[in-house]
Amino acid sequence: MSSLLELYNEQIREHEKKPRNFGKLATANRSAEGHNTTCGDHFFVYLNVEEGVIKEISFEGEGCAIAKASASMMTRSVKGKSRGEVETIFNEFHRMVLGELDTETTPHHLGHLTVFSGVRKFPVRVKCASLSWHTMHAALEGEETTSTEDLGPALNAEELPV
Amino acid sequence: MIATEKTIEEGTAAPGAAWDVASVREDFPVLGQTVNGKPLVYLDNAASSQVPRIVIERGSKYLREEHSNIHRGVHYLSQRATSAYEGAREKVRRFLNAREARECIFVRGVTEGVNLVMHGYGRKFVNEGDEIIVSEMEHHSNLVPWQMLCEEKGARLRVIPMNDRGELILEEFDALLNERTKLVCVGHVSNSLGTVNPVKEITARAHKQGVPVLVDGAQGAPHLKVDVQDLGCDFYAVSGHKMFAPTGSGVLYGRAELLEKMNPFLGGGSMIRTVTFERSTYAAIPDKFEAGTPAIASAIGLGAAIDYLNGIDREAAHAHERELLRYATEKLSAVEGVRIIGTAREKASVLGFVIEGIHPHDIGTILDHEGVAIRAGHHCAQPVMQHFNVPATARASFAFYNTKEEVDILIEAVGKVVEVLG
Repeated sequence: MSSLLELYNEQIREHEKKPRNFGKLATANRSAEGHNTTCGDHFFVYLNVEEGVIKEISFEGEGCAIAKASASMMTRSVKGKSRGEVETIFNEFHRMVLGELDTETTPHHLGHLTVFSGVRKFPVRVKCASLSWHTMHAALEGEETTSTEDLGPALNAEELPV
Repeated sequence: MIATEKTIEEGTAAPGAAWDVASVREDFPVLGQTVNGKPLVYLDNAASSQVPRIVIERGSKYLREEHSNIHRGVHYLSQRATSAYEGAREKVRRFLNAREARECIFVRGVTEGVNLVMHGYGRKFVNEGDEIIVSEMEHHSNLVPWQMLCEEKGARLRVIPMNDRGELILEEFDALLNERTKLVCVGHVSNSLGTVNPVKEITARAHKQGVPVLVDGAQGAPHLKVDVQDLGCDFYAVSGHKMFAPTGSGVLYGRAELLEKMNPFLGGGSMIRTVTFERSTYAAIPDKFEAGTPAIASAIGLGAAIDYLNGIDREAAHAHERELLRYATEKLSAVEGVRIIGTAREKASVLGFVIEGIHPHDIGTILDHEGVAIRAGHHCAQPVMQHFNVPATARASFAFYNTKEEVDILIEAVGKVVEVLG
């Protein structure tokens, strides 16, 4: 039960029930759609980017608890950050959920996002936790759609476009 | 049949005796393991069923003693392999009650079988303005090939709707049938809802209009006694890995008269009679549709799985499955927040459900943690999910080796889901 409670910890459950920055963004100048078809996760991420900084961000859609909470917490984490800072956080987040970054022993910029470290014990849920990040990244890059399932089964962090 | 196969003909339960599930479980080595320190409760049989020891042993014996390419060797091993492979085809013929063994084409599974008919029959006989009828509850494997054909030919895909129990509305089917209809494609049992469709009746109605019928039997063959002559259908496709055989084994049954008229599917070795640079002529059925070296070991394994099914009391096995479905439906319905998806009056042991406010993928993860294997997702039937307005469902599917105790573990684990996420 302990690894389950680590995965579905209180903060994650709270964000799933009350997602932040949920809905369309009137001032959005970029957006992207992300989906994991096998599990039915489907999200849109909206960004207002000015001079390389994410001024506003929101998301909407449907998905499992991990995907939804991850999207919610991501919006809080990247708001106000520059592109370079976002890339760093995304990279660290991804390595954390893959179990390649031990947040207890290695310095990082993840803040509250460490609540997702429990995902490392559930490899099939990595794509749930990272979907909104890939979607946000696609929006930032001017791509319209993305899927964490198109990245191949290995989900090797080194191969990711971060 | 070769004498060495005698040993695997021995069944488990004597016909007429009560279903001895404990002794049946002994036949399936995979069931004895633990997952996350808990006994494995395998309830994902609609995705793929487990394999009894005699199938494993038969495949292993083939690989150890008989492996060779079939149909072309004059040597001893090739003859043994050919004899075992063609022996499996005859077992399939009897299992489906086809008239002739040549009407049974070995394929990888239903997906390949349907695609074979799409290319061989559809691309030859379907033209612009023609119509193909599918049902609203089709698995993508019996839907997407027909969409591809319609797009290529400028034909139209018509859909038999279902009601909110997940039953096809046959009056609507009658209204769809017309002189432009070229083919009716329908599943025997829905993989997402468990509905048993009246395919004999559907076939009779289609035949009145002279329209051939293809039945996707992926979920039919494991749960029902299939008699293609009694059903009257023109094509019936099965997947071996859903009926206790290895992956890569499957059969497309087709009426000989239609198979002979059809174009070949894959071109290559074995499917030809003569080849010159000007033209090739094709072999007779079934070879015409079996280009290249087939999955010989898998086909022989399917034959062994049929031996196994012939050796058990299938009536009792199916009655046991129905009782598991009844018991699980009753118990699961009593859990607060649970909604059963698929409440047809005629159902096979497939139980789809959702829990209010909890995504099926989270249900799947927590159940797995308790050792319970189910499927969570859209089950390759996205239109079904759209009908019931859910993004996905959780699905427990039972085989004759599952037990009431396992249902109890499932229900307890569902309780844990509500505890963690509710």
